[in-house]
Amino acid sequence: MSDDGLPEEAAVTCTGLRYSFGRATAVDGLDLTVGAGEVFGLLGPNGAGKTTAIRCMTTLLPVPSGMVRVFGHDVAKDRMRVRRLLGYVPQQLSADSSLTGRENVSLFARVFDVPRRERAGRVAQALEAVGLAEAADRMAGTYSGGMVRRLELAQALVSAPRLLILDEPTIGLDPIARTGVWEHIMAVRAASGMTVLVTTHYMDEADQYCDRVALMHLGRVRAVGTPRRLTDDLRARLGADASPTLEDVFRDVAGSGLDGADHKGGEFRDVRRTRNTASRVG
Amino acid sequence: MSAAPATPPPASADGAGEQDRLGLLLVPPRHRPAWRLIPARVAAMCVVELQKLRHDRTELYTRAIQPALWLIIFGETFTRINVIPTGGIPYRDYLAPGIIAQSTMFIAIFYGIQIIWERDSGVLTKLLVTPTPRAALVTGKAFAAGVKAIVQAVVVVVIAALLGVSMSWNPLHLAGVIAAVLLGSAFFSCLSVTIAGIVRTRDRLMGIGQAITMPLFFASNALYPTTSMPDWLRVISAINPLSYEVDALRGLLLGVPSHLTLDFAVLVGAAALGITAASALLGRLAR
Repeated sequence: MSDDGLPEEAAVTCTGLRYSFGRATAVDGLDLTVGAGEVFGLLGPNGAGKTTAIRCMTTLLPVPSGMVRVFGHDVAKDRMRVRRLLGYVPQQLSADSSLTGRENVSLFARVFDVPRRERAGRVAQALEAVGLAEAADRMAGTYSGGMVRRLELAQALVSAPRLLILDEPTIGLDPIARTGVWEHIMAVRAASGMTVLVTTHYMDEADQYCDRVALMHLGRVRAVGTPRRLTDDLRARLGADASPTLEDVFRDVAGSGLDGADHKGGEFRDVRRTRNTASRVG
Repeated sequence: MSAAPATPPPASADGAGEQDRLGLLLVPPRHRPAWRLIPARVAAMCVVELQKLRHDRTELYTRAIQPALWLIIFGETFTRINVIPTGGIPYRDYLAPGIIAQSTMFIAIFYGIQIIWERDSGVLTKLLVTPTPRAALVTGKAFAAGVKAIVQAVVVVVIAALLGVSMSWNPLHLAGVIAAVLLGSAFFSCLSVTIAGIVRTRDRLMGIGQAITMPLFFASNALYPTTSMPDWLRVISAINPLSYEVDALRGLLLGVPSHLTLDFAVLVGAAALGITAASALLGRLAR
Protein backbone atom coordinates (compact mmCIF):
# COMPACT_ATOMS: atom_id res chain seq x y z
CA MET A 1 0.00 0.00 0.00
CA SER A 2 1.12 3.54 -0.72
CA ASP A 3 0.88 6.42 1.77
CA ASP A 4 -2.59 7.49 0.72
CA GLY A 5 -4.02 3.99 1.16
CA LEU A 6 -3.96 3.15 -2.57
CA PRO A 7 -2.89 -0.45 -3.28
CA GLU A 8 -0.07 -0.90 -5.80
CA GLU A 9 -2.05 -2.79 -8.47
CA ALA A 10 -5.02 -1.06 -10.07
CA ALA A 11 -8.31 -2.91 -10.53
CA VAL A 12 -9.93 0.03 -12.34
CA THR A 13 -8.41 3.15 -13.87
CA CYS A 14 -10.50 5.85 -15.50
CA THR A 15 -8.68 8.66 -17.25
CA GLY A 16 -10.58 11.66 -18.57
CA LEU A 17 -13.80 9.66 -18.97
CA ARG A 18 -16.59 11.71 -20.48
CA TYR A 19 -20.12 10.59 -21.31
CA SER A 20 -23.08 12.65 -22.45
CA PHE A 21 -26.73 11.80 -23.01
CA GLY A 22 -27.54 14.20 -25.82
CA ARG A 23 -26.66 17.66 -24.47
CA ALA A 24 -26.58 16.54 -20.83
CA THR A 25 -23.09 15.66 -19.64
CA ALA A 26 -23.34 12.83 -17.09
CA VAL A 27 -19.63 12.16 -16.61
CA ASP A 28 -17.32 15.09 -17.17
CA GLY A 29 -13.65 14.11 -17.20
CA LEU A 30 -13.57 11.41 -14.55
CA ASP A 31 -10.14 10.41 -13.24
CA LEU A 32 -10.26 7.51 -10.83
CA THR A 33 -8.12 4.62 -9.68
CA VAL A 34 -9.48 1.69 -7.70
CA GLY A 35 -6.74 -0.46 -6.20
CA ALA A 36 -6.82 -4.26 -6.42
CA GLY A 37 -8.33 -5.87 -3.34
CA GLU A 38 -9.85 -2.75 -1.81
CA VAL A 39 -13.47 -1.91 -1.07
CA PHE A 40 -13.98 1.34 -2.88
CA GLY A 41 -17.04 3.55 -2.45
CA LEU A 42 -18.25 5.88 -5.17
CA LEU A 43 -20.46 8.40 -3.42
CA GLY A 44 -22.62 11.19 -4.68
CA PRO A 45 -26.18 12.47 -4.99
CA ASN A 46 -28.60 11.40 -7.74
CA GLY A 47 -27.31 12.67 -11.05
CA ALA A 48 -23.67 12.83 -9.92
CA GLY A 49 -22.71 10.42 -12.72
CA LYS A 50 -21.95 7.36 -10.58
CA THR A 51 -24.20 4.92 -12.44
CA THR A 52 -23.10 6.22 -15.86
CA ALA A 53 -19.44 5.80 -14.87
CA ILE A 54 -20.15 2.26 -13.69
CA ARG A 55 -22.01 1.46 -16.89
CA CYS A 56 -18.92 2.52 -18.85
CA MET A 57 -16.69 0.34 -16.65
CA THR A 58 -18.98 -2.67 -17.11
CA THR A 59 -19.05 -2.33 -20.94
CA LEU A 60 -22.77 -1.48 -20.92
CA LEU A 61 -22.01 1.93 -22.36
CA PRO A 62 -19.28 2.75 -24.86
CA VAL A 63 -16.34 4.92 -23.83
CA PRO A 64 -16.66 7.84 -26.26
CA SER A 65 -13.91 9.92 -24.66
CA GLY A 66 -11.12 9.01 -22.26
CA MET A 67 -9.84 5.61 -21.20
CA VAL A 68 -11.18 2.95 -18.83
CA ARG A 69 -9.11 -0.09 -17.87
CA VAL A 70 -10.09 -3.05 -15.71
CA PHE A 71 -7.06 -4.98 -14.44
CA GLY A 72 -5.14 -3.47 -17.32
CA HIS A 73 -7.63 -4.41 -20.03
CA ASP A 74 -9.07 -1.63 -22.15
CA VAL A 75 -12.83 -1.73 -21.62
CA ALA A 76 -13.55 -0.33 -25.08
CA LYS A 77 -11.43 -2.91 -26.92
CA ASP A 78 -11.33 -6.01 -24.77
CA ARG A 79 -14.94 -6.30 -23.64
CA MET A 80 -15.21 -10.07 -23.32
CA ARG A 81 -12.05 -10.34 -21.22
CA VAL A 82 -13.24 -7.52 -18.97
CA ARG A 83 -16.66 -9.11 -18.53
CA ARG A 84 -15.06 -12.37 -17.39
CA LEU A 85 -13.44 -10.46 -14.53
CA LEU A 86 -16.65 -8.76 -13.41
CA GLY A 87 -19.51 -9.54 -11.09
CA TYR A 88 -22.23 -6.90 -11.41
CA VAL A 89 -25.27 -6.15 -9.29
CA PRO A 90 -27.33 -3.34 -10.84
CA GLN A 91 -29.46 -0.92 -8.87
CA GLN A 92 -32.74 -2.56 -9.89
CA LEU A 93 -33.84 -5.82 -8.25
CA SER A 94 -32.65 -7.98 -11.09
CA ALA A 95 -33.32 -11.53 -9.91
CA ASP A 96 -35.97 -13.31 -11.96
CA SER A 97 -38.99 -13.73 -9.70
CA SER A 98 -40.42 -16.57 -11.82
CA LEU A 99 -37.42 -18.81 -11.14
CA THR A 100 -36.16 -20.35 -7.89
CA GLY A 101 -33.07 -18.96 -6.16
CA ARG A 102 -31.03 -21.92 -7.36
CA GLU A 103 -32.22 -21.53 -10.97
CA ASN A 104 -31.35 -17.82 -10.89
CA VAL A 105 -27.77 -18.57 -9.83
CA SER A 106 -27.53 -21.55 -12.17
CA LEU A 107 -28.31 -19.31 -15.17
CA PHE A 108 -25.29 -17.17 -14.35
CA ALA A 109 -23.12 -20.24 -13.85
CA ARG A 110 -24.12 -21.30 -17.38
CA VAL A 111 -23.50 -17.92 -19.02
CA PHE A 112 -20.08 -17.73 -17.33
CA ASP A 113 -19.23 -21.14 -18.79
CA VAL A 114 -19.01 -23.08 -15.54
CA PRO A 115 -18.57 -26.71 -16.67
CA ARG A 116 -21.52 -29.01 -15.99
CA ARG A 117 -19.59 -31.25 -13.56
CA GLU A 118 -18.96 -28.39 -11.13
CA ARG A 119 -22.07 -26.31 -11.80
CA ALA A 120 -24.27 -27.71 -9.03
CA GLY A 121 -21.45 -27.48 -6.47
CA ARG A 122 -20.54 -23.95 -7.41
CA VAL A 123 -24.17 -22.79 -7.35
CA ALA A 124 -24.66 -24.41 -3.93
CA GLN A 125 -21.54 -22.69 -2.58
CA ALA A 126 -22.64 -19.31 -3.93
CA LEU A 127 -26.05 -19.71 -2.25
CA GLU A 128 -24.36 -20.89 0.94
CA ALA A 129 -22.00 -17.91 0.87
CA VAL A 130 -24.94 -15.49 1.00
CA GLY A 131 -26.99 -17.48 3.52
CA LEU A 132 -29.63 -18.68 1.06
CA ALA A 133 -28.96 -22.44 1.11
CA GLU A 134 -32.22 -23.13 2.95
CA ALA A 135 -34.32 -20.96 0.64
CA ALA A 136 -32.58 -22.04 -2.57
CA ASP A 137 -35.52 -23.96 -3.99
CA ARG A 138 -38.14 -21.35 -3.22
CA MET A 139 -39.32 -19.02 -5.98
CA ALA A 140 -37.36 -15.76 -5.89
CA GLY A 141 -40.70 -13.93 -6.01
CA THR A 142 -41.32 -15.04 -2.42
CA TYR A 143 -38.00 -13.61 -1.13
CA SER A 144 -37.74 -10.49 1.04
CA GLY A 145 -35.85 -7.46 -0.30
CA GLY A 146 -32.70 -8.38 1.60
CA MET A 147 -32.85 -11.98 0.35
CA VAL A 148 -33.21 -10.80 -3.27
CA ARG A 149 -30.14 -8.62 -2.85
CA ARG A 150 -28.20 -11.56 -1.43
CA LEU A 151 -29.45 -13.74 -4.30
CA GLU A 152 -28.10 -11.19 -6.77
CA LEU A 153 -24.84 -11.28 -4.88
CA ALA A 154 -24.75 -15.07 -5.30
CA GLN A 155 -25.39 -14.63 -9.03
CA ALA A 156 -22.43 -12.28 -9.24
CA LEU A 157 -20.16 -14.47 -7.10
CA VAL A 158 -20.76 -17.77 -8.91
CA SER A 159 -18.15 -16.88 -11.55
CA ALA A 160 -15.46 -15.94 -8.97
CA PRO A 161 -15.15 -12.33 -10.16
CA ARG A 162 -11.98 -10.35 -9.48
CA LEU A 163 -14.00 -7.15 -9.42
CA LEU A 164 -17.46 -7.00 -7.85
CA ILE A 165 -19.42 -3.90 -8.86
CA LEU A 166 -22.52 -3.06 -6.85
CA ASP A 167 -24.76 -0.14 -7.73
CA GLU A 168 -26.66 1.01 -4.62
CA PRO A 169 -26.83 -2.53 -3.19
CA THR A 170 -28.66 -1.59 0.00
CA ILE A 171 -31.09 1.03 -1.26
CA GLY A 172 -34.50 0.68 0.35
CA LEU A 173 -33.42 -2.08 2.75
CA ASP A 174 -34.01 -1.96 6.50
CA PRO A 175 -30.90 -1.60 8.69
CA ILE A 176 -30.74 -5.31 9.54
CA ALA A 177 -31.00 -6.37 5.90
CA ARG A 178 -28.37 -3.75 4.98
CA THR A 179 -25.97 -5.15 7.55
CA GLY A 180 -26.72 -8.67 6.30
CA VAL A 181 -25.84 -7.75 2.72
CA TRP A 182 -22.61 -6.06 3.76
CA GLU A 183 -21.54 -8.89 6.06
CA HIS A 184 -21.82 -11.38 3.21
CA ILE A 185 -19.92 -9.09 0.84
CA MET A 186 -17.14 -8.64 3.37
CA ALA A 187 -16.94 -12.37 4.19
CA VAL A 188 -16.51 -13.36 0.54
CA ARG A 189 -14.10 -10.53 -0.03
CA ALA A 190 -12.00 -11.67 2.94
CA ALA A 191 -11.84 -15.19 1.50
CA SER A 192 -11.26 -14.29 -2.12
CA GLY A 193 -9.39 -10.99 -2.05
CA MET A 194 -11.66 -9.61 -4.76
CA THR A 195 -11.98 -5.89 -5.35
CA VAL A 196 -15.33 -4.33 -4.49
CA LEU A 197 -16.54 -1.14 -6.15
CA VAL A 198 -19.79 0.11 -4.68
CA THR A 199 -21.96 3.17 -5.16
CA THR A 200 -24.09 4.26 -2.25
CA HIS A 201 -26.01 7.17 -0.83
CA TYR A 202 -25.42 5.96 2.69
CA MET A 203 -22.38 7.77 4.09
CA ASP A 204 -22.43 5.64 7.25
CA GLU A 205 -22.01 2.47 5.17
CA ALA A 206 -19.16 4.03 3.22
CA ASP A 207 -17.50 5.09 6.44
CA GLN A 208 -17.85 1.65 7.99
CA TYR A 209 -17.05 -0.68 5.09
CA CYS A 210 -15.02 1.17 2.44
CA ASP A 211 -11.24 1.30 2.46
CA ARG A 212 -11.36 4.40 0.28
CA VAL A 213 -14.10 6.57 -1.12
CA ALA A 214 -14.44 9.03 -3.99
CA LEU A 215 -16.94 11.84 -3.66
CA MET A 216 -18.53 12.55 -7.03
CA HIS A 217 -20.51 15.61 -7.97
CA LEU A 218 -21.66 16.84 -11.36
CA GLY A 219 -19.75 14.17 -13.23
CA ARG A 220 -16.39 14.57 -11.51
CA VAL A 221 -14.53 13.26 -8.50
CA ARG A 222 -14.25 16.12 -6.01
CA ALA A 223 -12.30 14.29 -3.29
CA VAL A 224 -10.80 10.84 -2.84
CA GLY A 225 -9.12 9.04 0.04
CA THR A 226 -9.79 6.96 3.10
CA PRO A 227 -12.88 8.10 5.05
CA ARG A 228 -10.59 8.83 7.99
CA ARG A 229 -8.24 10.98 6.00
CA LEU A 230 -11.06 12.96 4.39
CA THR A 231 -12.69 13.73 7.74
CA ASP A 232 -9.29 14.50 9.34
CA ASP A 233 -8.45 16.95 6.56
CA LEU A 234 -11.75 18.77 7.06
CA ARG A 235 -11.25 18.81 10.84
CA ALA A 236 -7.82 20.35 10.34
CA ARG A 237 -9.40 23.14 8.32
CA LEU A 238 -12.41 23.69 10.59
CA GLY A 239 -10.50 23.54 13.87
CA ALA A 240 -9.81 20.91 16.48
CA ASP A 241 -13.26 21.28 18.12
CA ALA A 242 -15.09 20.21 14.99
CA SER A 243 -16.03 16.55 14.49
CA PRO A 244 -17.02 16.37 10.82
CA THR A 245 -18.62 13.27 9.31
CA LEU A 246 -18.21 11.98 5.77
CA GLU A 247 -21.44 13.76 4.94
CA ASP A 248 -19.89 17.06 6.08
CA VAL A 249 -16.90 16.34 3.85
CA PHE A 250 -19.26 15.76 1.00
CA ARG A 251 -21.12 19.03 1.61
CA ASP A 252 -17.78 20.78 1.80
CA VAL A 253 -16.41 19.49 -1.51
CA ALA A 254 -19.71 19.80 -3.36
CA GLY A 255 -20.13 23.37 -2.09
CA SER A 256 -23.39 25.20 -2.61
CA GLY A 257 -24.00 23.11 -5.71
CA LEU A 258 -25.82 20.48 -3.66
CA ASP A 259 -28.62 22.86 -2.70
CA GLY A 260 -28.23 25.43 -5.41
CA ALA A 261 -29.83 25.83 -8.79
CA ASP A 262 -27.14 23.85 -10.63
CA HIS A 263 -27.93 20.64 -8.76
CA LYS A 264 -30.50 18.78 -10.80
CA GLY A 265 -30.85 15.90 -8.34
CA GLY A 266 -30.78 13.29 -11.09
CA GLU A 267 -32.83 12.72 -14.17
CA PHE A 268 -36.47 11.71 -13.83
CA ARG A 269 -35.55 8.19 -14.97
CA ASP A 270 -32.85 7.85 -12.28
CA VAL A 271 -35.19 8.94 -9.54
CA ARG A 272 -37.97 6.68 -10.81
CA ARG A 273 -35.61 3.71 -10.94
CA THR A 274 -34.37 4.40 -7.41
CA ARG A 275 -37.90 4.71 -6.08
CA ASN A 276 -39.06 1.58 -7.91
CA THR A 277 -36.22 -0.41 -6.42
CA ALA A 278 -36.84 1.01 -2.95
CA SER A 279 -40.55 0.27 -3.15
CA ARG A 280 -39.95 -3.30 -4.40
CA VAL A 281 -37.53 -4.15 -1.60
CA GLY A 282 -39.61 -2.31 0.99
CA MET B 1 -0.21 -2.04 -16.14
CA SER B 2 -0.09 -5.66 -15.13
CA ALA B 3 -2.24 -8.35 -16.68
CA ALA B 4 -4.77 -10.15 -14.52
CA PRO B 5 -3.53 -13.39 -12.94
CA ALA B 6 -5.78 -16.42 -13.26
CA THR B 7 -6.63 -16.68 -9.58
CA PRO B 8 -6.98 -13.78 -7.16
CA PRO B 9 -4.88 -14.05 -4.02
CA PRO B 10 -6.68 -14.39 -0.69
CA ALA B 11 -6.75 -11.06 1.12
CA SER B 12 -6.37 -11.88 4.75
CA ALA B 13 -6.05 -14.59 7.34
CA ASP B 14 -9.65 -13.84 8.40
CA GLY B 15 -10.78 -15.37 5.16
CA ALA B 16 -8.93 -18.66 5.69
CA GLY B 17 -11.93 -20.38 7.30
CA GLU B 18 -14.18 -19.23 4.50
CA GLN B 19 -11.84 -20.57 1.84
CA ASP B 20 -12.77 -24.22 2.34
CA ARG B 21 -16.47 -23.42 2.39
CA LEU B 22 -16.19 -21.27 -0.75
CA GLY B 23 -13.49 -23.28 -2.51
CA LEU B 24 -15.11 -23.30 -5.96
CA LEU B 25 -15.93 -19.59 -5.77
CA LEU B 26 -12.24 -18.69 -5.60
CA VAL B 27 -11.41 -20.07 -9.04
CA PRO B 28 -12.84 -18.47 -12.19
CA PRO B 29 -14.28 -20.93 -14.73
CA ARG B 30 -12.16 -21.66 -17.78
CA HIS B 31 -13.06 -19.87 -21.01
CA ARG B 32 -15.09 -21.75 -23.57
CA PRO B 33 -13.77 -21.66 -27.11
CA ALA B 34 -15.59 -18.98 -29.13
CA TRP B 35 -17.34 -21.51 -31.38
CA ARG B 36 -19.06 -23.09 -28.38
CA LEU B 37 -20.42 -19.81 -27.02
CA ILE B 38 -23.57 -19.59 -29.16
CA PRO B 39 -24.76 -23.20 -28.58
CA ALA B 40 -23.99 -22.83 -24.86
CA ARG B 41 -25.95 -19.58 -24.55
CA VAL B 42 -28.84 -20.97 -26.61
CA ALA B 43 -28.99 -23.95 -24.23
CA ALA B 44 -28.86 -21.65 -21.18
CA MET B 45 -31.74 -19.47 -22.41
CA CYS B 46 -33.84 -22.47 -23.46
CA VAL B 47 -33.36 -24.12 -20.06
CA VAL B 48 -34.62 -20.93 -18.35
CA GLU B 49 -37.69 -20.86 -20.61
CA LEU B 50 -38.48 -24.51 -19.80
CA GLN B 51 -37.99 -23.88 -16.08
CA LYS B 52 -40.45 -21.00 -16.24
CA LEU B 53 -42.98 -23.15 -18.09
CA ARG B 54 -42.57 -25.88 -15.49
CA HIS B 55 -43.29 -23.43 -12.65
CA ASP B 56 -46.30 -21.79 -14.24
CA ARG B 57 -48.38 -23.53 -16.91
CA THR B 58 -51.20 -20.96 -16.88
CA GLU B 59 -49.88 -19.34 -20.06
CA LEU B 60 -49.85 -22.73 -21.76
CA TYR B 61 -53.55 -23.27 -21.08
CA THR B 62 -54.74 -19.73 -21.84
CA ARG B 63 -52.76 -19.63 -25.08
CA ALA B 64 -54.48 -22.84 -26.24
CA ILE B 65 -57.90 -21.16 -26.26
CA GLN B 66 -57.50 -18.94 -29.32
CA PRO B 67 -56.13 -21.59 -31.72
CA ALA B 68 -58.80 -23.99 -30.48
CA LEU B 69 -61.47 -21.40 -31.36
CA TRP B 70 -59.96 -20.83 -34.80
CA LEU B 71 -59.96 -24.54 -35.54
CA ILE B 72 -63.34 -25.33 -34.01
CA ILE B 73 -65.40 -22.30 -35.08
CA PHE B 74 -63.66 -20.90 -38.16
CA GLY B 75 -62.37 -24.28 -39.36
CA GLU B 76 -65.62 -26.19 -38.92
CA THR B 77 -67.75 -23.41 -40.43
CA PHE B 78 -65.60 -22.96 -43.53
CA THR B 79 -65.31 -26.73 -43.94
CA ARG B 80 -69.11 -26.76 -44.26
CA ILE B 81 -69.29 -23.68 -46.51
CA ASN B 82 -66.58 -25.20 -48.71
CA VAL B 83 -65.71 -21.99 -50.59
CA ILE B 84 -61.94 -21.94 -50.13
CA PRO B 85 -59.98 -23.99 -52.71
CA THR B 86 -57.84 -26.36 -50.67
CA GLY B 87 -56.67 -28.81 -53.31
CA GLY B 88 -59.09 -31.52 -52.30
CA ILE B 89 -58.48 -31.75 -48.56
CA PRO B 90 -61.01 -30.74 -45.89
CA TYR B 91 -60.66 -27.06 -44.93
CA ARG B 92 -60.16 -28.06 -41.29
CA ASP B 93 -57.02 -29.97 -42.31
CA TYR B 94 -55.87 -27.15 -44.58
CA LEU B 95 -56.30 -24.64 -41.74
CA ALA B 96 -54.46 -26.59 -38.99
CA PRO B 97 -50.86 -25.82 -40.15
CA GLY B 98 -51.87 -22.19 -40.67
CA ILE B 99 -53.12 -21.96 -37.10
CA ILE B 100 -49.94 -23.60 -35.76
CA ALA B 101 -47.88 -20.94 -37.56
CA GLN B 102 -50.23 -18.12 -36.55
CA SER B 103 -50.40 -19.00 -32.87
CA THR B 104 -46.64 -19.44 -32.57
CA MET B 105 -46.10 -16.15 -34.41
CA PHE B 106 -48.43 -14.38 -31.94
CA ILE B 107 -46.23 -15.59 -29.06
CA ALA B 108 -43.01 -14.57 -30.78
CA ILE B 109 -44.17 -11.16 -31.97
CA PHE B 110 -44.65 -10.00 -28.36
CA TYR B 111 -41.34 -11.43 -27.13
CA GLY B 112 -39.85 -7.93 -27.26
CA ILE B 113 -42.14 -6.99 -24.37
CA GLN B 114 -40.38 -9.59 -22.26
CA ILE B 115 -37.02 -8.12 -23.32
CA ILE B 116 -38.17 -4.63 -22.32
CA TRP B 117 -39.38 -6.02 -18.99
CA GLU B 118 -35.98 -7.66 -18.55
CA ARG B 119 -34.34 -4.33 -19.38
CA ASP B 120 -36.49 -2.48 -16.81
CA SER B 121 -35.91 -5.11 -14.14
CA GLY B 122 -32.15 -5.23 -14.66
CA VAL B 123 -32.07 -8.87 -15.87
CA LEU B 124 -30.98 -7.86 -19.39
CA THR B 125 -28.43 -5.40 -18.03
CA LYS B 126 -26.82 -8.16 -16.02
CA LEU B 127 -26.80 -10.58 -18.95
CA LEU B 128 -25.13 -7.93 -21.11
CA VAL B 129 -22.26 -7.79 -18.60
CA THR B 130 -21.59 -11.53 -18.91
CA PRO B 131 -19.12 -12.93 -21.47
CA THR B 132 -21.91 -13.27 -24.00
CA PRO B 133 -21.61 -11.51 -27.36
CA ARG B 134 -24.85 -9.71 -28.20
CA ALA B 135 -25.47 -11.96 -31.20
CA ALA B 136 -25.19 -15.01 -28.91
CA LEU B 137 -27.59 -13.45 -26.40
CA VAL B 138 -30.12 -12.62 -29.13
CA THR B 139 -29.77 -16.09 -30.68
CA GLY B 140 -30.30 -17.61 -27.23
CA LYS B 141 -33.39 -15.48 -26.66
CA ALA B 142 -34.69 -16.23 -30.17
CA PHE B 143 -34.48 -19.97 -29.62
CA ALA B 144 -35.90 -19.63 -26.12
CA ALA B 145 -38.92 -17.98 -27.78
CA GLY B 146 -38.85 -20.99 -30.14
CA VAL B 147 -39.11 -23.36 -27.17
CA LYS B 148 -42.31 -21.60 -26.10
CA ALA B 149 -43.55 -21.80 -29.68
CA ILE B 150 -42.82 -25.54 -29.95
CA VAL B 151 -44.82 -26.20 -26.78
CA GLN B 152 -47.66 -24.15 -28.29
CA ALA B 153 -47.35 -26.06 -31.57
CA VAL B 154 -47.63 -29.39 -29.72
CA VAL B 155 -50.82 -28.13 -28.04
CA VAL B 156 -52.34 -27.09 -31.40
CA VAL B 157 -51.34 -30.40 -33.02
CA VAL B 158 -53.09 -32.27 -30.22
CA ILE B 159 -56.23 -30.11 -30.60
CA ALA B 160 -56.15 -30.64 -34.36
CA ALA B 161 -55.75 -34.41 -33.93
CA LEU B 162 -58.71 -34.46 -31.51
CA LEU B 163 -60.78 -32.63 -34.14
CA GLY B 164 -59.97 -35.35 -36.62
CA VAL B 165 -57.35 -33.62 -38.76
CA SER B 166 -55.34 -36.34 -40.47
CA MET B 167 -51.65 -35.54 -40.07
CA SER B 168 -48.41 -37.32 -40.74
CA TRP B 169 -46.79 -38.83 -37.62
CA ASN B 170 -43.55 -39.63 -39.46
CA PRO B 171 -40.76 -38.67 -37.00
CA LEU B 172 -38.75 -37.02 -39.77
CA HIS B 173 -41.73 -34.89 -40.76
CA LEU B 174 -42.33 -33.96 -37.12
CA ALA B 175 -38.66 -32.98 -36.75
CA GLY B 176 -39.14 -30.78 -39.81
CA VAL B 177 -42.23 -29.23 -38.18
CA ILE B 178 -40.17 -28.42 -35.06
CA ALA B 179 -37.43 -26.88 -37.21
CA ALA B 180 -39.90 -24.74 -39.16
CA VAL B 181 -41.65 -23.52 -35.99
CA LEU B 182 -38.29 -22.80 -34.33
CA LEU B 183 -37.00 -20.80 -37.30
CA GLY B 184 -40.28 -18.92 -37.77
CA SER B 185 -40.34 -18.02 -34.09
CA ALA B 186 -36.71 -16.98 -34.15
CA PHE B 187 -37.50 -14.55 -36.96
CA PHE B 188 -40.64 -13.06 -35.42
CA SER B 189 -39.13 -12.78 -31.93
CA CYS B 190 -36.09 -11.02 -33.40
CA LEU B 191 -38.41 -8.73 -35.36
CA SER B 192 -40.05 -7.94 -32.04
CA VAL B 193 -36.70 -7.34 -30.28
CA THR B 194 -35.61 -5.14 -33.19
CA ILE B 195 -38.75 -3.04 -32.83
CA ALA B 196 -38.20 -3.00 -29.05
CA GLY B 197 -34.70 -1.65 -29.69
CA ILE B 198 -36.20 1.16 -31.77
CA VAL B 199 -39.26 2.13 -29.71
CA ARG B 200 -37.81 1.15 -26.29
CA THR B 201 -41.10 1.21 -24.34
CA ARG B 202 -43.62 -1.53 -23.66
CA ASP B 203 -46.64 0.56 -24.62
CA ARG B 204 -45.28 1.49 -28.03
CA LEU B 205 -44.19 -2.08 -28.73
CA MET B 206 -47.60 -3.39 -27.71
CA GLY B 207 -49.27 -1.00 -30.16
CA ILE B 208 -46.93 -1.89 -33.02
CA GLY B 209 -47.20 -5.61 -32.24
CA GLN B 210 -50.97 -5.44 -32.44
CA ALA B 211 -50.79 -3.38 -35.61
CA ILE B 212 -48.60 -5.87 -37.48
CA THR B 213 -49.80 -9.29 -36.31
CA MET B 214 -53.11 -9.31 -38.16
CA PRO B 215 -51.65 -7.96 -41.46
CA LEU B 216 -48.90 -10.61 -41.25
CA PHE B 217 -51.54 -13.28 -40.65
CA PHE B 218 -54.00 -12.18 -43.34
CA ALA B 219 -51.24 -11.46 -45.87
CA SER B 220 -50.11 -15.07 -45.73
CA ASN B 221 -51.39 -18.43 -46.92
CA ALA B 222 -52.48 -19.42 -43.39
CA LEU B 223 -56.23 -19.09 -44.07
CA TYR B 224 -56.47 -19.30 -47.86
CA PRO B 225 -54.17 -20.12 -50.78
CA THR B 226 -52.26 -17.26 -52.39
CA THR B 227 -54.03 -18.07 -55.68
CA SER B 228 -57.21 -16.65 -54.15
CA MET B 229 -55.50 -13.33 -53.31
CA PRO B 230 -55.50 -10.13 -55.34
CA ASP B 231 -52.14 -9.47 -57.00
CA TRP B 232 -51.00 -6.79 -54.55
CA LEU B 233 -51.66 -9.08 -51.58
CA ARG B 234 -49.87 -11.93 -53.33
CA VAL B 235 -46.74 -9.75 -53.51
CA ILE B 236 -46.89 -9.09 -49.77
CA SER B 237 -47.46 -12.77 -49.09
CA ALA B 238 -44.38 -13.62 -51.16
CA ILE B 239 -42.15 -11.55 -48.85
CA ASN B 240 -43.90 -12.67 -45.68
CA PRO B 241 -41.89 -15.42 -43.90
CA LEU B 242 -45.11 -16.69 -42.32
CA SER B 243 -46.23 -17.93 -45.76
CA TYR B 244 -43.09 -20.05 -46.09
CA GLU B 245 -43.54 -21.46 -42.60
CA VAL B 246 -47.15 -22.40 -43.37
CA ASP B 247 -46.16 -23.94 -46.71
CA ALA B 248 -43.49 -26.07 -44.98
CA LEU B 249 -45.89 -27.13 -42.22
CA ARG B 250 -48.57 -28.10 -44.78
CA GLY B 251 -46.08 -30.13 -46.77
CA LEU B 252 -44.73 -31.92 -43.69
CA LEU B 253 -47.96 -32.48 -41.76
CA LEU B 254 -50.48 -33.04 -44.57
CA GLY B 255 -48.23 -34.33 -47.34
CA VAL B 256 -49.59 -31.79 -49.84
CA PRO B 257 -47.28 -30.40 -52.55
CA SER B 258 -44.95 -27.76 -51.07
CA HIS B 259 -41.56 -26.14 -51.64
CA LEU B 260 -39.57 -27.37 -48.64
CA THR B 261 -36.14 -26.34 -49.89
CA LEU B 262 -37.27 -22.80 -50.66
CA ASP B 263 -39.32 -22.63 -47.46
CA PHE B 264 -36.41 -23.60 -45.22
CA ALA B 265 -33.96 -21.42 -47.14
CA VAL B 266 -36.23 -18.40 -46.61
CA LEU B 267 -36.81 -19.27 -42.94
CA VAL B 268 -33.08 -19.69 -42.24
CA GLY B 269 -32.31 -16.45 -44.09
CA ALA B 270 -35.07 -14.57 -42.26
CA ALA B 271 -33.90 -15.87 -38.87
CA ALA B 272 -30.30 -14.87 -39.64
CA LEU B 273 -31.45 -11.42 -40.76
CA GLY B 274 -33.60 -11.05 -37.64
CA ILE B 275 -30.76 -12.06 -35.32
CA THR B 276 -28.40 -9.59 -37.04
CA ALA B 277 -30.87 -6.70 -36.78
CA ALA B 278 -31.85 -7.48 -33.17
CA SER B 279 -28.19 -7.82 -32.09
CA ALA B 280 -27.39 -4.44 -33.63
CA LEU B 281 -30.24 -2.75 -31.74
CA LEU B 282 -30.03 -4.62 -28.43
CA GLY B 283 -27.42 -2.19 -27.11
CA ARG B 284 -29.94 0.66 -27.39
CA LEU B 285 -32.06 -1.06 -24.78
CA ALA B 286 -29.19 -1.07 -22.31
CA ARG B 287 -28.66 2.70 -22.44
